[in-house]
Amino acid sequence: MFLEIKDLSVKIENKNILNGLNLNINKGEVHAIMGPNGCGKSTLANVLAGKEDYEILNGKINFKDNDLFDLNIEERAQEGMFLAFQYPVEIPGVNITPFLHSAINSKRKRINEEEIDNLSFAKLLKSKASDLGINIDMLKRSVNTGFSGGEKKRYEILQMSILNPDLAILDETDSGLDIDALKIVTEGVNKLKTKNNSFLIITHYQKLLDYIKPDHVHVMVNGSIVKSGGSEIAAEIEKDGFQKFQ
Amino acid sequence: MNSETLNTLDTYSKNKYKYGFVTDIDNEKPKKGLNEDTIKFISLKKNEPDWMLEWRLKAFSKWKRMKEPKWANLNFPEIDYQDIYYYSAPKGFEKKPKDLSEVDPKLIETYNKLGIPLEEQKVLAGVAVDVVFDSVSVATTYKGELEKLGIIFCSIGEAIQKHPDLIKKYLGSVIPPGDHSFSALNSAVFTDGSFVYIPEGVKCPMELSTYFRINAENTGQFERTLIIADKGSYVSYLEGCTAPKRDDNQLHAANVELIALEDAEIKYSTVQNWYPGDEDGKGGIYNFVTKRGLCAGKNSKISWTQVETGSAITWKYPSCILKGENSIGEFYSVAITNNFQQADTGTKMTHIGKNTKSKIISKGISLGKSQNTYRGEVSFLRKADKARNYTQCDSLLVGNKCGAHTVPYIDSKNNTAVIEHEASTSKINEDQLYYCRQRGLSHEEAVSLIVNGFCKQVLQELPMEFAVEAQKLVSISLEGSVG
Repeated sequence: MFLEIKDLSVKIENKNILNGLNLNINKGEVHAIMGPNGCGKSTLANVLAGKEDYEILNGKINFKDNDLFDLNIEERAQEGMFLAFQYPVEIPGVNITPFLHSAINSKRKRINEEEIDNLSFAKLLKSKASDLGINIDMLKRSVNTGFSGGEKKRYEILQMSILNPDLAILDETDSGLDIDALKIVTEGVNKLKTKNNSFLIITHYQKLLDYIKPDHVHVMVNGSIVKSGGSEIAAEIEKDGFQKFQ
Repeated sequence: MNSETLNTLDTYSKNKYKYGFVTDIDNEKPKKGLNEDTIKFISLKKNEPDWMLEWRLKAFSKWKRMKEPKWANLNFPEIDYQDIYYYSAPKGFEKKPKDLSEVDPKLIETYNKLGIPLEEQKVLAGVAVDVVFDSVSVATTYKGELEKLGIIFCSIGEAIQKHPDLIKKYLGSVIPPGDHSFSALNSAVFTDGSFVYIPEGVKCPMELSTYFRINAENTGQFERTLIIADKGSYVSYLEGCTAPKRDDNQLHAANVELIALEDAEIKYSTVQNWYPGDEDGKGGIYNFVTKRGLCAGKNSKISWTQVETGSAITWKYPSCILKGENSIGEFYSVAITNNFQQADTGTKMTHIGKNTKSKIISKGISLGKSQNTYRGEVSFLRKADKARNYTQCDSLLVGNKCGAHTVPYIDSKNNTAVIEHEASTSKINEDQLYYCRQRGLSHEEAVSLIVNGFCKQVLQELPMEFAVEAQKLVSISLEGSVG
């Protein structure tokens, strides 16, 4: 199994957020999690990435034959987990090129691959950026600093395509995007998809799923998955909302 | 802040100082302590003319009547001036060696270890270096090439012998010996330092640099630097410093005077990395430095850039006196304090002439249990019509036990003056660290990236050859271990 979440319960500041959640993802699959606001979707993404604010009450997560809780944030990233943030944070003064260059090399170091040199990296970055319709000038700016919501999301996808993760988690990547930006972002995701990597797409609306076709759709309510199936579930939610699952 | 962050910060605080080695070399010292005999000893060793000795003795009599300035936000025990050696020279330096073959190989090796090769074939490309070891200047590179342009770049001791007219005219003209106790002390006992004169209309084609090293125990270093840029000339000058690790505190009280005549520009950069003391606050250099530049002529410009990472105590306010019309003063500073370091640093911009402009960019970073203070004074005198100042002070706190303080003074006697002041204090934010780590960067790499980003505005003012070094130094000051 590629990612296996078993009976996961998590709390933050005395509030239970996830309650006995189970989820299995195989290599090459695209999963979508849909749910109302506050159901614990983003918590799940952050617990997977290793954010430290949460208390794990129960459960196990297995990722690529590792006990995920044995790895810290950067080790999980280096193992091939990528989180596209809902609200990417601004880091003034830190240019994207050295930032991503260090990131890719830390990953290569972990898997004993040779580091990529400055020149080859600059080339790689340029070509990936132009694939995503990102202006070269944007690469001269500091990470996320002064970006519009749409630019930030596109930038997340750029980073994802450079780091080429085994498991990409997209946390409400569609929020705040107009239809053109949504198209560019989803095209980027579709291009990246192979039979060796997996996606976990967290979304509130069905709109995103018109562009990225999930193999499995899960409905999440009150910290656990209440229904799983194919893309027909998304259509159901679009029509009737989450009411009937609660 | 969560526990992992605190742990990592703790390892940053156990900062390793890689320049802490001691060179085992015989040295010649007078008796400890400060009195007229000490000053006569120094003056004799330097083979100085009588007028110089008199100048020193006058400064000494002023010093005896003065008290140390106490207004800084610094805490340190009383300095015992009688427990310090005021002169230390590697043996055999009565006469400055003519070339490197006369220099003790141990000294050359010391500088190789510090990354400053002195052999001509290896000298830093495009940088002329004057090297000061304890109290004497060891070697000055590229001298011949500079002489062709009429540029004088030598030790101050040599300048006193060979260029007495320039010394008599300018020494103490910007920092009078009686200015305060540290300037009086320096004037009385200064041992070496650099002298630069750029003749009219000459743009100095290379960076001039001085490297200061304190080696001997219980020794104070009192260097004196004097830079004169004649009309329409330009020079960029860089100063670097290190010292061995010692348990005792060592005193460093330098004076640096800059004079820019009409249309001249001086760019003065410092990378200060004196031994800061250990993680319990033991040892380290007490750095009481007076740096002042005079924009004497119209359209002249003086720009100070400093990266301050070392010293147990830093007391330093590179200043500009903007006398000439349209003259410009700039101050760019990064000050990093860690462990128990204390820094009280900033600048003073005194606008005297019309249309004078000054710009201050200060970035303070505090880690561990350190205290970091920006202290700045901007004053506009009555005739400074339409003068302007822009000040930006940013502080970054890393951890919960350090402090950042900003103390700006503004004094305006001219109501056409324009003053802008911006200040910010921020903490490295947990979300930024999370974001960087999610991309695979370690905690240390993430902090180093963010801090370097925070300092960028200042680091980019450094001469290119040193910007990379300074960036590394910034990272090293944050890291737990250095190879």
